[in-house]
Amino acid sequence: MTKMNLNSLKTGPDAYGKFGIHGGRFVAETLMPLILDVENAYEKAIKDQSFINELDTYRRDYIGRPSPLYFAERLTEHFGGAKIYLKRDELNHTGAHKINNVIGQILLAKNMGKNKIIAETGAGQHGVATATACALFGFECEVFMGAKDIERQKPNVQRMQLLGAKINPVTSGTGTLKDAMNDALRFWVSNANTHFYIIGTAAGPHPYPKMVRDFQSIIGEEAKKQILEKENKLPNALVACIGGGSNALGLFHPFLDDEEVEIFGVEAAGKGLNSNLHAASLTAGSPGVLHGNRTYLLQDDDGQIIDAHSISAGLDYPGIGPEHSWLHDIGRIKYLSTTDEQSLDAFKLCSSLEGIIPALEPAHALHITGKLASERKGQIIIMNMCGRGDKDLSAVLPLIMKNDS
Amino acid sequence: MNRIKKTFNKLNKENKKALGIFVTAGDPNFENSLKLITNLPDNGADFIEIGMPFSDPMADGPSIQLSSQRALRSGMNIKKCLSLIKIFREKNTHTPLILMGYYNPIYKFGKEKFIKKCIEFGVDALIIVDLPPEEDDEFYLEAEKNNLSMIRLVTPTTDEKRLKKILLNATGFVYYVSITGITGTQTPNIRNVQGNIRKIREVTDLPIVIGFGIRSPAQATLMSNVSDGIVIGSAVVDLIKKSIDNDGDSSNIELMTCLDFTREISQALKHN
Repeated sequence: MTKMNLNSLKTGPDAYGKFGIHGGRFVAETLMPLILDVENAYEKAIKDQSFINELDTYRRDYIGRPSPLYFAERLTEHFGGAKIYLKRDELNHTGAHKINNVIGQILLAKNMGKNKIIAETGAGQHGVATATACALFGFECEVFMGAKDIERQKPNVQRMQLLGAKINPVTSGTGTLKDAMNDALRFWVSNANTHFYIIGTAAGPHPYPKMVRDFQSIIGEEAKKQILEKENKLPNALVACIGGGSNALGLFHPFLDDEEVEIFGVEAAGKGLNSNLHAASLTAGSPGVLHGNRTYLLQDDDGQIIDAHSISAGLDYPGIGPEHSWLHDIGRIKYLSTTDEQSLDAFKLCSSLEGIIPALEPAHALHITGKLASERKGQIIIMNMCGRGDKDLSAVLPLIMKNDS
Repeated sequence: MNRIKKTFNKLNKENKKALGIFVTAGDPNFENSLKLITNLPDNGADFIEIGMPFSDPMADGPSIQLSSQRALRSGMNIKKCLSLIKIFREKNTHTPLILMGYYNPIYKFGKEKFIKKCIEFGVDALIIVDLPPEEDDEFYLEAEKNNLSMIRLVTPTTDEKRLKKILLNATGFVYYVSITGITGTQTPNIRNVQGNIRKIREVTDLPIVIGFGIRSPAQATLMSNVSDGIVIGSAVVDLIKKSIDNDGDSSNIELMTCLDFTREISQALKHN
């Protein structure tokens, strides 16, 4: 292993794609040459000013960046402690942070001369972002989505179809995000020479965790600049939800070396950490190898992967990006969790107090943000509002009505 | 001399090609699986690949995915897989056994412990699908140090520069993946396969075995003409599925159909 620069936490991964013991390239030989190609193309692209200019233009004119950093006055008042700022990535085109990464990767695909794209999706946000970018570039798009997720995220399925993407329902395994990723990887193995795989989160074989993090880091870079303008100091704490962890790394990464900033990642506790129905791989999992990287996984004693559960399809994944696993090991980030029920309460609260309907994913982060805020008078907290909740209404409304009646 | 070398040397002298049969340990259950594996050598299998089931078999097509699920449902795990091998070896000391699987169950079981047990129980080689040469430090070096062969996979996407890197320290035999794809899903193109096998021969003296897309006696013959042997897996485990679908439980019937099929392929190879 080559040494990482110990003066900074931002220099990983090493030359082998490792963050501590996590990460790496655990893929079948058929994929290995492709992954090396992607790595070479990516390293070249990020040093190429014309690539960076093109990315900047799409960020500004198409995604709508920078996204605002919004002082949530009524939420702040409600919790009666720290000032709560929301990084409004739900205002991006397509309604979530996913597009930040997709635009970056599709420009890379274009550079590599590939115009056929595949993607996996859980909540459908990454699928929608990918279908959108493919429409924009005139590329062919196939999205792999668990059959169960297709049911609970209908609006996003319809959007993808309207945008011209082909949806491949995944029935293998349990028909959720992990199985969608398996099938996307299988398809990629079979179409290695023609297709580019746009992975939606900061996980998978190297260079994906690094590449996705880099494309998402615009969130934290903007937030840092914005908070300095508004408050003239860095925040005391950052909070974001974690499935694979790309929105969280996007916000966190630019702050990793700012020791005074506490960082909190929020996993999905589903029906409770003791229920076996959750998606908290760091809090309740152990290191293993899946989907091309070593990372914390939900697995049984025989090393078989256990299905995750969360009310939020975007957090319903039994693994987590390898950089989070490393940040957990070294203790730089604290990882907490929110249950299904707590996230529904936060969902309602945010809608009624701020007029912002959050996606169920950031609603998990909001629950922890509220708890932290109430204990921290005089402090500043930034939370990543990484997606909007329109897609969740059909699933959430019946639950809320049931609870209210 | 180890079993793999012995087997290929013997076949080579007789101008015959090796037949490898893949089955998943514990498919459809421990007893039937043991019976099947025990009877494969007498029905023409020159070596046996035993799949260790994994919940997320990324490089496998529907046939082996379902086979793995059946095995996992029957309670199969690494420990039971190793005891299956131990029982097999009590009566058979000549047929090479190759364990094939994904890394996570091994990692969870414990690398050193796994290697030790493999040697103790008479496993000859391992194929770990998701450990490319880039991750050699992880497992490969430790296994080779203990004289447990790690079979290298070469695929249609492997270029010549990479080929040298892959085969530098290879032992046992070379497994050529005949299709750009997952197991059991496409038919290999003989002309492409032949060209790539020729390139591999320039780099190594090890036997070359072809697998991933072979399903019939005709394909087996075709592929064996350009190699030292072939492996059939998906077509065999499909017979287990068919038998279960037909009579609703895992009786002994599927054993006969699997063994008949093995004999049929073997005869096609040997009489060629």
